[in-house]
Amino acid sequence: MELFSNLIFGLSVALSLQNLLYCFMGCLLGTLIGVLPGIGPLATVAMLLPITFSLPPVAALIMLAGIYYGAQYGGSTTAILVNLPGETSAVVTCIDGYQMARQGRAGPALAIAAIGSFFAGTVCTVLIAAFAPPIAEMALKFNSPEYFSLMLMGLVTAAVLAQGDMVKSLAMCVLGLLLGTVGTDVDSGWQRFSFNILELTDGIGFVVIAIGVFAIGEIISNLGDKEERQVFTSKVGSLFPSKDDLKQSIAPIIRGTFLGAFFGVLPGTGPAIASFSSYIVEKKLAKDPSRFGKGAIEGVAGPESANNADAQCKFIPMLTLGIPASGTMALMLGALMIHGIAPGPTVMTQRPDLFWGLIASMWIGNLMLVILNLPLIGIWVSLLKVPYYLLFPAIMLFSSIGIYSVNNSPFEIYLTAIFGIVGFLWMKLECSPVPIMLGFVLGPMMEENLRRAMLIARGDPTVFLTRPISLAFVIATVLILVVMAAPAMRKRRGDITG
Amino acid sequence: MKLEFYKKKDFWAGMMFLGIGAVAIIASRSYPLGTTLRMGPGYFPTMLGGILILFGIYILVRGVLSNEKIPGNWSPRALIVLPLSMVLFGLAMYHLGFIPAIVVLIFASSASGRGFRFLHILLLTVFLSLLSVAAFIWGLGLPYPLINF
Repeated sequence: MELFSNLIFGLSVALSLQNLLYCFMGCLLGTLIGVLPGIGPLATVAMLLPITFSLPPVAALIMLAGIYYGAQYGGSTTAILVNLPGETSAVVTCIDGYQMARQGRAGPALAIAAIGSFFAGTVCTVLIAAFAPPIAEMALKFNSPEYFSLMLMGLVTAAVLAQGDMVKSLAMCVLGLLLGTVGTDVDSGWQRFSFNILELTDGIGFVVIAIGVFAIGEIISNLGDKEERQVFTSKVGSLFPSKDDLKQSIAPIIRGTFLGAFFGVLPGTGPAIASFSSYIVEKKLAKDPSRFGKGAIEGVAGPESANNADAQCKFIPMLTLGIPASGTMALMLGALMIHGIAPGPTVMTQRPDLFWGLIASMWIGNLMLVILNLPLIGIWVSLLKVPYYLLFPAIMLFSSIGIYSVNNSPFEIYLTAIFGIVGFLWMKLECSPVPIMLGFVLGPMMEENLRRAMLIARGDPTVFLTRPISLAFVIATVLILVVMAAPAMRKRRGDITG
Repeated sequence: MKLEFYKKKDFWAGMMFLGIGAVAIIASRSYPLGTTLRMGPGYFPTMLGGILILFGIYILVRGVLSNEKIPGNWSPRALIVLPLSMVLFGLAMYHLGFIPAIVVLIFASSASGRGFRFLHILLLTVFLSLLSVAAFIWGLGLPYPLINF
């Protein structure tokens, strides 16, 4: 069985003392920051990204992955305990999780969330290990036209399915592509949009945009909110779910896992859509739907498994095709490139240690989260009480030190401050900044593939339509656009994401 | 509807895309465009600028026709002071050293919120300074002088 020998090879990488340590640190830091109110996984990963630059690539990716699902898990903890979703996917968990907490059953809710996430993580690790190699193998046959169409499809789907206004998201994608062209053109050596600023000739650092928009912009926006947040914490009580709890949760966990895995591989469908679908499915299947909203454990088990499955399966397109399916994956992709690894199907063959080590570490990370979180619940609860006026200066500090450490120059700091202002304006104008990140990371690759495709086809743009695989991607892109632009769909989409 | 558009969300969003697209095209004019067969460095940005302008016009027109205003509250103070605190941090890192930069950043950024609790901020500064020195200087080995007058 190749699958298992690969996984065992991965485990041997992930279980090295160093990688284990970084995985642990990632999970711990991720949960720690994820629990703090007002910082989602995206901002957490962005903020801690520069720290990982000095690590070896495998350790860096393992740590980032740990931060990512740690933050995700932290968000669910706050959703259950204080009705504060750390991010959109945890909104659904709030509905029944918080009700359970109010009935004194916060412990079982947290435990089921952890068990569900762990189960989903385990299944998805196997799914990734099983499906990533054939996908990557297929992608090895791709040439520039296929790559260009694939990236186009990835960008369009991500923009169209993401939250917020479709047209503005598409425009933000284009803006991201444009930001990606800043700096020296690899082909010709021309300085583009550098406006005679020496530091810009290397392009804009993606950490600068990520931290500026997702951390600084967010804080500016939060400080404008009138109300101060009040946190009421309830008692956690016994952690152990009863036999009935477990029995009721098994089916929702399994269904949630597969729903999440399905949505996970689609670009742009954030974990919110996965967890929402799972919730609706469970409510429909329940014998007594009226229990939902009043502390039904299925309403925690299903969505929590779904959003973890979704989060993890987002790695499939990222690792095999080099297509980021979410903002966080765009950051991971950027991290790969900073370590000098060209993303795409060759990662698996050229860096098997990184590929399989990362996959195996996901499973270890999920296990760690269960072991780490449940006993430490008390600490997380006390963290929730940290008031925002002490929190945001700390975020500012760690973000600033991180950015400064990338090039040891203040220029990046100034640029980040500008992106903070711009990011805030984008939020005010309801232009979702996530597509920018996707466009920015994919921009240079898209341009290169477009140029090569045109060279191959002697300047004939119909090449994208005459090669079958490329044509399939183009058709899929158009279909998604048409379907999502249809008025009926737009309304339903608003119901789900808005 | 006359003169009301300056409050409208999509009017400004459209203006932004339009403006950036125009700047991209104008700036790209000084880069060789090349041909479709052999694209020069100006080709891709010009194309993107054009697409952005089209999006911008659509969003702008839609914005003028709709009535959606810019939502929510905002704090002009945070918008100015928070980025400024980062600039001060950058300057202090470069000229004064790690610890002064931390102090400057925390005090300046705290000033962008409502209510400034001096004692709390002071304690926070001490705590975060110790933590940062331990984590970044000793732990990660970043090469910054603690104080550099």
